[in-house]
Amino acid sequence: MIQVETLYKKFGKNEVLTGLDLHIQEGGIFAILGPNGSGKTTLIKAILGMVIPNKGKIAVLGKAVKNQWKYRHEIEYLPQIANFPGNLKVKELIRMIKDLRQKSSEEDKLVSMFGLEPFLDKKLATLSGGTKQKVNIVLTFMFDSPLIILDEPTTGLDPAALIRLKELIQKEKEKGKTILVTSHIMQFVEEVADEIVYLLEGKIYFKGSISELLEKTEQSDFEHAIAAITSPMSNA
Amino acid sequence: MLKILKYSFYDLMRSRWSYVYFLFYLALGFVLLFLNNDVSKAVITLMNVIIVLVPLIGTIFGVMYYYNSKEFTELLLAQPIKRSSIFLGQYFGVAGSLTLSLVLGLGIPFVLYGLLKSDAIFDFTLLLVTGAFLTMIFTGLAFNIALSNENKIKGFGYAVLVWLFLAVVYDGLFLMSLIIFEEYPLDGFSLAATMFNPIDLSRTLILLKLDISALLGYTGAVFKQFFGTNSGLIISILMLSLWTVLPIWRLTFMAKRKDF
Repeated sequence: MIQVETLYKKFGKNEVLTGLDLHIQEGGIFAILGPNGSGKTTLIKAILGMVIPNKGKIAVLGKAVKNQWKYRHEIEYLPQIANFPGNLKVKELIRMIKDLRQKSSEEDKLVSMFGLEPFLDKKLATLSGGTKQKVNIVLTFMFDSPLIILDEPTTGLDPAALIRLKELIQKEKEKGKTILVTSHIMQFVEEVADEIVYLLEGKIYFKGSISELLEKTEQSDFEHAIAAITSPMSNA
Repeated sequence: MLKILKYSFYDLMRSRWSYVYFLFYLALGFVLLFLNNDVSKAVITLMNVIIVLVPLIGTIFGVMYYYNSKEFTELLLAQPIKRSSIFLGQYFGVAGSLTLSLVLGLGIPFVLYGLLKSDAIFDFTLLLVTGAFLTMIFTGLAFNIALSNENKIKGFGYAVLVWLFLAVVYDGLFLMSLIIFEEYPLDGFSLAATMFNPIDLSRTLILLKLDISALLGYTGAVFKQFFGTNSGLIISILMLSLWTVLPIWRLTFMAKRKDF
């Protein structure tokens, strides 16, 4: 599904990705984890073509993505911070994205799922952070694409919405889609992820299932296992 | 690209500032016609306003729009749209709506006053054409500056400096060099120097069309010889087009390489 080969990216002097290799096969939920500033968002944005790598190759669905844009038809992306043009109404934003993608969508179901009906005629600038995130989720899931990338999808969501989001992710997985997700909420990751990709200092430090991670770090619970990677001294 | 252009254009058309800009020109047109009572004279006064104001508004609107629509841009970048289309669409949205405000705002009062029956119609059209060019040029420069500067304050500062340089400082330097080198023949130099500044170029173009070049003395005669002819007009328009195309070209070039 996604092939990343020796990817390098630096911002000024800050080297974020240093020769990262990653192969994501089709189907399943992959959690991309790592401490703050480890390059999770940079990796995701490089896959999306928003960040141009200094070196290395990325291929999505078998095709190189450099200077391409049509492959983004196959990707749904939920950005980390829901920044929307503030003077648009929710309804208008949904219509605009539909117009831009020219694909069939099922936004009505999602709007009612997250209880967004009363907000449809409100401007995005007036919405709360959690509501914006719900709009963000609706925009991401309303199309039917084989690859879904979620950058911190849980930010600002209330428990009810979180449960719905998990259901939604599982449902998409059952359709055979590939889902990449980043999160700092370990409980959420543990519940949804099939496989963990752990980024550390610009490289893949660990890739495998949660049980493999527990074995490797000799920890009994997931959260401590992750913490153990981050501080290698205690891991020794 | 057309879709992005449409959304940017609508977005601007709905914002208050486009109306303020439009109403300003509308009021300016009516006031000038009322005070001058003559289309040709009104065109001259108008030229002085347009030459300075249009670049300034283009610059400020361009920078403001770019920074304000950052969220919109980021949203679009994740969609299946070509990068250059996003930026070109936004650019033409801004430049288009500004040009529309200018043309309609000035056109309405002049047409109502009887422009179509007066001889000044060609001068007036030239004025609007140069106004449109200046809008395109300075919006393009502003987009370039904004794209190269993440820091809003810096971007804004540089953009205003570019405007200040081309609208005011350049003329000062030009005049000083004329005084310092007055013993040399300066026809070629002044022609070239005029060509390299879109504001000066527009001003000269209009002044010479208005047949008041006698005011400019000997240089005026040289200029008249050059700009007054059709080939001079064509070269000037080509030069203005070049001034428009270069920033747009750099914009697409930069847009392909930037990280978001």
